[in-house]
Amino acid sequence: MTKRISADDIVKEENLVYKKTSLLTKNVMHYCPGCGHGTLHRLIAEVIEEMNIQSETIGITPVGCSVLMYNYLDIDMQGAAHGRAPALATAVKRLMPGKYVFTYQGDGDLAAIGTAETIHACNRGENFTIFFINNGIYGMTGGQMAPTTLPEMRSSTSPYGRDVKMMGNPLNITELVARLPGTYYVTRQAVHTPANVRKAKKAIRQAFESQKLNKGLSLVEILSNCNSGWKMSPLQANKWMVENMFPFYPIGDIKLEGKLLDKE
Amino acid sequence: MKELKLMKGNEAIAEAAIRAGADAYFGYPITPQSEILEYLMLERPHERTGMIVLQAESEVAAINMVYGGAACGRKVITSSSSPGISLKQEGISYMAGSELPCLVVNVVRGGPGLGTIQPSQSDYFQAVKGGGHGDYRLLVLAPQSVQEMADFVGLGFDLAFKYRNPVMILTDGALGQMMEKVWFDEQKPRQTVFPSWATTGKSTDRERNIITSLNLDSLKQEKHNQKIQDKYKKMKENEVRFEKIECDNAEYLFIAYGTSARICQKSVQLARERGIKAGLLRPITLFPFPEKAVLELANLVKGMLAVEMSTGQMVEDVKLAVKGKVKVEHFGRMGGVIPSPDEILIALENLIKKIS
Amino acid sequence: MTEEIIIAGFGGQGVLSMGKILAYSGIMQEQEVSWMPSYGPEMRGGTANVTVILSDERISSPIINKFDTAIILNQQSMDKFENSVKPGGMLIYDGNGISRHPERKDINIYRVDAAEEAAKMESARTFNMIVLGGYLKIKPLVKLENVIRGLAESLPERHHSLIPVNEKAILRGMDIIKPVQEL
Ligand SMILES: Cc1ncc(C[n+]2csc(CCOP(=O)(O)OP(=O)(O)O)c2C)c(N)n1
Ligand code: SF4
Repeated sequence: MTKRISADDIVKEENLVYKKTSLLTKNVMHYCPGCGHGTLHRLIAEVIEEMNIQSETIGITPVGCSVLMYNYLDIDMQGAAHGRAPALATAVKRLMPGKYVFTYQGDGDLAAIGTAETIHACNRGENFTIFFINNGIYGMTGGQMAPTTLPEMRSSTSPYGRDVKMMGNPLNITELVARLPGTYYVTRQAVHTPANVRKAKKAIRQAFESQKLNKGLSLVEILSNCNSGWKMSPLQANKWMVENMFPFYPIGDIKLEGKLLDKE
Repeated sequence: MKELKLMKGNEAIAEAAIRAGADAYFGYPITPQSEILEYLMLERPHERTGMIVLQAESEVAAINMVYGGAACGRKVITSSSSPGISLKQEGISYMAGSELPCLVVNVVRGGPGLGTIQPSQSDYFQAVKGGGHGDYRLLVLAPQSVQEMADFVGLGFDLAFKYRNPVMILTDGALGQMMEKVWFDEQKPRQTVFPSWATTGKSTDRERNIITSLNLDSLKQEKHNQKIQDKYKKMKENEVRFEKIECDNAEYLFIAYGTSARICQKSVQLARERGIKAGLLRPITLFPFPEKAVLELANLVKGMLAVEMSTGQMVEDVKLAVKGKVKVEHFGRMGGVIPSPDEILIALENLIKKIS
Repeated sequence: MTEEIIIAGFGGQGVLSMGKILAYSGIMQEQEVSWMPSYGPEMRGGTANVTVILSDERISSPIINKFDTAIILNQQSMDKFENSVKPGGMLIYDGNGISRHPERKDINIYRVDAAEEAAKMESARTFNMIVLGGYLKIKPLVKLENVIRGLAESLPERHHSLIPVNEKAILRGMDIIKPVQEL
């Protein structure tokens, strides 16, 4: 008679192929299933662990769905008022130039209420990293229109679709700040497939590494779904993102080593 | 003809703004008041009355849009909740200085800081003592029902233009989120004639209009300050509003506004069932505060309990008003916790024990 | 007459909309009504509750902590609200997912297994209407015709085709509710 395999037989050191990084706390994440925030948190934590810079890293959280990020990462973090994270990070980095400093911001936080802080930190060439999670909507407050909401896209404050004549055009702030002399590394990635996750992680690593060079700000935009706000299932949402967001916000590096990549 | 609806307090404010003939709304999403902007976007007021609605990039931008619209003599409204109202304070101060009318709605949530999104009354000081920098006041209206949320929009615009001063509706997340019956007035037409001070374009028959809060000459600034102080004095003479509930033979008095006043009405019932002669004074205007009514009652009752969802802010105005004539205590919950009618009654019973 | 009710369960069970339909029904028969929801991001799948008051008089406090009726649709809400029922009041619950049944001896207790019934009817969406039907059987405070009018008021026009299904669910709830303890 064959013996039934139990869980204890499988969970063994030699069978381990993947492990949660020690930099993620045990707290259960509050994100909706399928949301990109959780994946991006994990990647940032993995990179900090791999670079062995836990004790040298300070993170700034925004106001948005990721406002509670400090519950999940085992590093020192500060919580900023809505939109002001780059201002906090400016002070932190200037006072402690040897540390690794990053902000983590949604599109509302970074590209609406915090536009001035974003642009000026980029333009001054502050030597920290901005992780910019773009889901084209205000997730936390219940799906209102964001600066990055696509034309004709519905949200609770554009219930008939974004009418660009009345509500303005989507703001491609990443391409905009890439044109400023103060940015050193600017890239746009996604985390909806394993291949994209691997590329995003490389970009995160590169952003942290470039802080060592002291040559300016690094910004990593991550396109993500907000399935709750878009009122779709996670799978539908990822499909919708690929079909609609990617053409408008193309994936890939935008500025490397202080030089704009010519896409034409 | 009046029209009956079942609506959230937030939605009632939005609908009332359209019907009051508002010219524009500028705002930025924040819980627990985002329904105001959402309702307006859904209703397409532009098609109903020509009213403009815009989601601004921040509260700072929104209040400055309000400034611009108001300076053209238009009826402009904005709304937010506590953290956003803090951001608007600079703009509100400029508007008070420039003598501009507007309506600001604060659907208060618990602070300080990002705090909680649950209802609170912890922005009382900010609302009634000025809020931003400089010597100024807002006229502050405190609704207690969805009906009053709607009614105070029209009233607020009238008072704002009467005194050329910002008016605030100070409410909270509970009133914003709850639904009750509400009767709406008929649609008022938007104004077509604008005040003579408005920057509507200089015609040949008048001097140019300048809207500013700047006065580099200190003596001129002092005179300007005197002028706006005189307006506040007039508000105190003419605009005090309050409601007395079961005050006639009351021996003990609750003083509470907004949501707390609603809860206290239940506490009054419970107290009277137990033979305690309790009453309620409900300030409707928080600035100007009903000082005289409070003082009159101070001569009749044995004790007063100010009930607020805060550590005790309005209670200071109550104490100032009673001039030491009667014992005044505060009862409150904080951080978004709503007191129950029972615990308010217990607080009253504790006060009674202390007095007798 | 004043009836103070709390309806509590998971977000997504239709707790808030059930309260809304009750409130609209009250308006249809010219009562005073109030509807006070819990709100916040925890509504994404977390617990949700709503206090509904129907009254012939002006409603004093829309926020209360003792109820004539508690309609309880998950275990967390049972733990939180069983003790908030006024003595002599009423508790209605759906047995689905309940591990600790109500224990109070001084209240009337009814059980309406609406989740199971909705599954049988192959329309999970009518769950809350089955519960509502059960409640109205025990406390016929609002007439069925007013509930249907309330339903029509609270549903957007494009969903009016669903009214008959909902009516059927209400009637079904009236059939399946059963007493657990009657004083
Ligand atoms: C001064 C101020 N205004 C408004 C808010 C309300 N608020 C909280 S999060 C948010 C938008 C978040 O959207 P986004 O930055 O896109 O992040 P997401 O939630 O989508 O991750 C807003 C408007 C606030 N907290 N403070
Ligand atoms: S609301 Fe949107 S952004 Fe927020 S956790 Fe859910 S899916 Fe993610």
